[in-house]
Amino acid sequence: MFEIDKDVLIVKVGREVDHHNAEILRNNVEKKFKENDLKNIVFDFSKTIFMDSSGIGMCIGRYKLAKSVGGNFAVCNIGIEIRRIFDMAGLSKVFYISDTLDNAINGIKKEV
Amino acid sequence: MKFDNEISINMLSTSENEAFARLAIAGFIMPLDPTVEELVEFKTAVSEAVTNAIIHGYEGEKKNLNLNFKRHENVIYIECVDYGIGIPNVDEAREALYTSKPEQERSGMGFTVMESFMDEVQVISLKNVGTRILMSKKIMSKNSES
Repeated sequence: MFEIDKDVLIVKVGREVDHHNAEILRNNVEKKFKENDLKNIVFDFSKTIFMDSSGIGMCIGRYKLAKSVGGNFAVCNIGIEIRRIFDMAGLSKVFYISDTLDNAINGIKKEV
Repeated sequence: MKFDNEISINMLSTSENEAFARLAIAGFIMPLDPTVEELVEFKTAVSEAVTNAIIHGYEGEKKNLNLNFKRHENVIYIECVDYGIGIPNVDEAREALYTSKPEQERSGMGFTVMESFMDEVQVISLKNVGTRILMSKKIMSKNSES
């Protein structure tokens, strides 16, 4: 579920992100991020086939978490369905969205 | 109106039932041969309605909620009913980004998602009586195009 690359927490998001799963994911990310004193977060959605508005709230929360320690937040490998949800909330302009995990990791390092 | 099919589900308002509700609507509309896009729209709208009942109607308490699906020709009607605290101001609740629970990281996008994915969304709510969300959408299946 998690990988750490220097100060970046890479989160392999599960198949479905709803209210139920978003709460579990939030707690796990929060714990891992603070335990390892990290700065940046990347959400990899390559396995995700469903996300509703609970996922939006969860992503905004992790964006704020990374920003609060001077880091950054990025998402990658998002499919059409998840893109629609991000667009609806206007997050496509706020989040660093990347096609691949490598680009996301390199991208957020440059942005900081 | 006489319906061609009806299914009623009575479930506990626990978050693990959100996934079940999505599978249920997917199964209900499957005979109409929906597109992948339509399938996602139905699943997401139902997920939002049930989540709304769990978080806002019952505020995390485990109580019963009803989910009813009906079909008349290729129009699907979805009804999600909770008997919780109700929504004091429905118009305000339906506004994008409005949430009564920002501390729980709620995005306030639930009704916006339902409205953009369904043809029609109706919300009826009474304080301490409950909330009824009615949604409908026509399935433009491959069969009806010809």
